[in-house]
Amino acid sequence: MLKSPSLRSALISLLMLTVFLLLWHVATQPEHQALEGVSEEYAALMGGGAQQSGMPGPLEVGRTFWDKLSDPFYDNGPNDKGIGIQLAYSLARVLSGFLLAAMVAIPLGFVIGMSPVMRGALNPFVQVMKPISPLAWMPLALYTLKDSSISAVFVIFICSLWPMLINTAHGVASVKRDWLNVAKTLEVSPLRTALRVILPAAAPTIVTGMRISMGIAWLVIVAAEMLVGGTGIGYFVWNEWNNLSIVNVIFAILMIGLVGLALDAIFGGLLKLVTYRE
Amino acid sequence: MRSQAFLKVEGLAKVFPASGGGQPLTVFDDIHFSIDRGEFVCIIGHSGCGKSTILNVLAGLEQASRGVVIMDGREVSGPSLDRGVVFQGHALMPWLSVLKNIEFAVRSRWPDWGRDKVRAQCQKYIDMVHLTGHEHKKPAELSGGMKQRVGIARAFSIEPKMLLMDEPFGALDALTRGVIQDELLNICAETHQTVFMITHDVDEAILLADRIMLMTNGPQAKIAEIVVNTLPRSRTRHEVHKHPHYYRIRNHLVDFLVTRSKEFASAVPADYDSRHPPHVRPGLEPDVETARDGERVRPLRQTMHAMS
Repeated sequence: MLKSPSLRSALISLLMLTVFLLLWHVATQPEHQALEGVSEEYAALMGGGAQQSGMPGPLEVGRTFWDKLSDPFYDNGPNDKGIGIQLAYSLARVLSGFLLAAMVAIPLGFVIGMSPVMRGALNPFVQVMKPISPLAWMPLALYTLKDSSISAVFVIFICSLWPMLINTAHGVASVKRDWLNVAKTLEVSPLRTALRVILPAAAPTIVTGMRISMGIAWLVIVAAEMLVGGTGIGYFVWNEWNNLSIVNVIFAILMIGLVGLALDAIFGGLLKLVTYRE
Repeated sequence: MRSQAFLKVEGLAKVFPASGGGQPLTVFDDIHFSIDRGEFVCIIGHSGCGKSTILNVLAGLEQASRGVVIMDGREVSGPSLDRGVVFQGHALMPWLSVLKNIEFAVRSRWPDWGRDKVRAQCQKYIDMVHLTGHEHKKPAELSGGMKQRVGIARAFSIEPKMLLMDEPFGALDALTRGVIQDELLNICAETHQTVFMITHDVDEAILLADRIMLMTNGPQAKIAEIVVNTLPRSRTRHEVHKHPHYYRIRNHLVDFLVTRSKEFASAVPADYDSRHPPHVRPGLEPDVETARDGERVRPLRQTMHAMS
């Protein structure tokens, strides 16, 4: 018997995956159907008794995985680039938009968190801006920035901003009074208090905000790149749809999931690093 | 009488502004006392009488509504490294190890010190509270008593002119409390530290304090009187209750907490002057039977009876 619950979970996961792949395989088998009531000649004219299903099976997708991942960085012109290059474009946009947002949101969150007056003053704006779908900014961005790639970065920036801002403000505002009083009685300068007391105290909340932002940014980049086109994983999905290459679309979907998982794992690790036990 | 006092508190009051159409709340009013250098003073009173507020005003963390605090000839106007504070809930930073917590304080006090000098200063106080070997543990890995010891080590490590303690042992079990009280007593004897401490524990006050200030219930709490501890300063936790003065002082304190702290406001003695709260020495008073009527010190009741 298997004692460890995590091992048992892994086994069940594997089982579910196998069942799913089997069902998928069976469901996408080409159907051999004899066309009844017509002559053999007519059937041959109609494309034969065997109909190819449009939906690729797991074996075909597996082959595509192997082909695409064994040469991820080739570049044969605008509409034929390796998956590595497409993902790199997307990641570059996500990272630049995200970092710009962090540079604005974290210091601003500090200000809002430390000053109730500023919190009250900025709260209405945050509340109005937060529920706006980041893609709604796209026309405005394209009109003002006049560059599709920069507009995509701007959309990432705007969607990463709010979770980081809100979490930073919340984390800073809920730093224990006692710790601040310790710093006060030790005559610690405001800057040193911010860096040595408030920042580590609020770090878990701030990193959680960054993690949420990154998750949203990775969701939004696909849609943004579908709109702006040219490069990136979102554009790749749309392009393959236009090519009616469902196998490539499925491949891209899985890659988006895997990269998203990796990004989340990075922030999960960072969160573990800054979390403290009281 | 105490013109050379190290710390002087004059006319201190705390008024909270009216909320919801009510009257403004005066927590305490016209508080006067002084503390000499090297003296250990405890303040006792029920919750809500503003003890913690007084301590926070002394620490510079809170502003009084009226009155001044003068320490070493200078008015207290804000927090200062001259006054170390031991907080009620240890207030250690949980992301820092024991050593780093104390280092944070030492570096704040002496920013120019080199690494070795800082380390040596930290180690000295870690050893003093008997936490040698736990330097690199995080607060979450320590027991409540050990955490509070780190808090004490941190407060002592900056060698403040005065130490302020807000019920430092309130959350500890009796056994741990006893051990840390002994340690504190030893450290204070060694360093001649001036201490102002809040406590709820009558026995703790008699063991540690040279003088015990008794506060009446709020609102408009006052210092009713100041009990001089007539037990010898060399007292220890195991011996203190054998001294003949011990139960006289203890009964006096319990009597105050149980009855007189409530009644004081309605029956202020005619000769009471809040600028000079009377000093009493119940340890030197004769026992109940021989106490004369109309004495400043009220007859000692059967306190155990009164408490039940």
